[in-house]
Amino acid sequence: MTDVQTDLLKVIGGIAVILVFASLIGWALRRFVAPGGTDDAIANLNERVRAWWGMVLLLSLAFLAGRTGVIVLFALCSFAALREFTTLTNFRQADHWALAATFFVVLPVQYVLIGIGWYGLYSIFIPVYVFLLAPIVVALRGDTQSYLVRVAETQWAVMICVFCASHVPALLNLEIPGFEGRNVLLIVFLVVVVQMSDVLQYVWGKLLGRRKIAPRLSPSKTVEGFVGGVASATTLGGCLWWITPFGPLGATLLAFVIALMGFFGGLVMSAIKRDRGVKDWGQTISGHGGFIDRLDSVVFSAPIFFHLVRYGWSMT
Amino acid sequence: MRGMIGQAVGWMIVVLARLITAVRGIWMGIEPSSRQRIYFANHVSHGDFVLIWTTLPTHLRRRTRPVAAADYWNASGMRRFIGRDVFDAVLIERPKVPPDAKGPDAIGIMSQALESGDSLILFPEGTRNTTPEPLMPFKSGLFRLAQAHPEVELVPVWIENLNRVLPKGEFVPVPIICTVTFGAPLHLKHGEEKDAFLARARAAMLNLRVTEEPA
Repeated sequence: MTDVQTDLLKVIGGIAVILVFASLIGWALRRFVAPGGTDDAIANLNERVRAWWGMVLLLSLAFLAGRTGVIVLFALCSFAALREFTTLTNFRQADHWALAATFFVVLPVQYVLIGIGWYGLYSIFIPVYVFLLAPIVVALRGDTQSYLVRVAETQWAVMICVFCASHVPALLNLEIPGFEGRNVLLIVFLVVVVQMSDVLQYVWGKLLGRRKIAPRLSPSKTVEGFVGGVASATTLGGCLWWITPFGPLGATLLAFVIALMGFFGGLVMSAIKRDRGVKDWGQTISGHGGFIDRLDSVVFSAPIFFHLVRYGWSMT
Repeated sequence: MRGMIGQAVGWMIVVLARLITAVRGIWMGIEPSSRQRIYFANHVSHGDFVLIWTTLPTHLRRRTRPVAAADYWNASGMRRFIGRDVFDAVLIERPKVPPDAKGPDAIGIMSQALESGDSLILFPEGTRNTTPEPLMPFKSGLFRLAQAHPEVELVPVWIENLNRVLPKGEFVPVPIICTVTFGAPLHLKHGEEKDAFLARARAAMLNLRVTEEPA
């Protein structure tokens, strides 16, 4: 067993301990506070914990399977997210070719570019080439009704669900001196900090939440949840410095940026949901909603984290 | 052998349908059951019965047969295989022009399937809806089946979004999330006229058009 795998297993073990703890709390709440499963919040909590077990298991398997496993997993997540996003857009038949291409051409090409590590192309393929080509494909069909709205929606869908999400596996391509072969731990760091930030915001919000931070966007986000969640996720990130090349201070600062971007990612994606009059992006992950409900914070923090690490630590 | 291949292909079609549409069955005022039923749904795409079939529990699929146009499903060897061996469709010859020409006994063929204990998937509009209206006028078939088989439950079904996945004239699907909503079963009331019954059945279908469940 390599030392990367040892570190991976340590982190996965730590998460398993947290999940066992969460499952016990959920069990106790159902047993002693709301016997008979009458409380919706407690039922939802238990559903969320159960879904977390599944997600952690899947992610762990991908991490242990290595580079291909991680890339394929995130490509599938992108596909599911893009499917949810497209469902809520106003597309018309004239957009059909452009949209089909985002699923069956743009998405695979982006992940293949990540796979072969062609940084110069995967960082501009969507923002430059797809940005210009997709509106051309739509324009050729000649339907001008809400043209700008439709094209902008397609751009947003691809940027959020494919471009941004693909920056998670792109972390595997960074070349950090003295960190060779350990890049998967960068993904672990990002995902653990951003998801724990979401979870801790939820926990702090449920325990102390009084003042709503953005009542028109998200009824469940509170100032107390935000401050408590970001502060504790930042601390947690600092404590994980030993799996990163950043040192304790660097890990803390990066964790802070990740948690902050994750929070605002959740807020932006909530604004879109309110605009479209839906509560969740989908129903795929029981208790959580759709893939985008779970990925919104990761998607917003991944590209920023990627570039900060690249400028600060990477050779490429 | 053909049966096994048919089952395997059926399974592949279900996986593909789930991948493209992440289809979710919503049962409103009704539960899946092996009771004999006629599911009647809106018809916007060739994939309609595939989605209904996909959302049914596996053990109900084999006894639930789509009613489909014979000229379409006999047009090629591939379609014949899918129609007969995968979905076990009840094939109906469409009457030739003029449209009111005496066609073969469609009701008789469907009745035969019901008498052997199978459930049916039926599209009461008679053909795919390519108009901007959500639902076209119904043909009389549903009424006549309800008369002939009062014991069978008539289940309204609404398929949402599939027309956006594969609009007429396109052949590559755009993956978006679809839902199939099943509503409370209807029966023909004593002495109910054809028009009144069809209007009631139509309203029951349109009532299922909720894209978002209450939060």
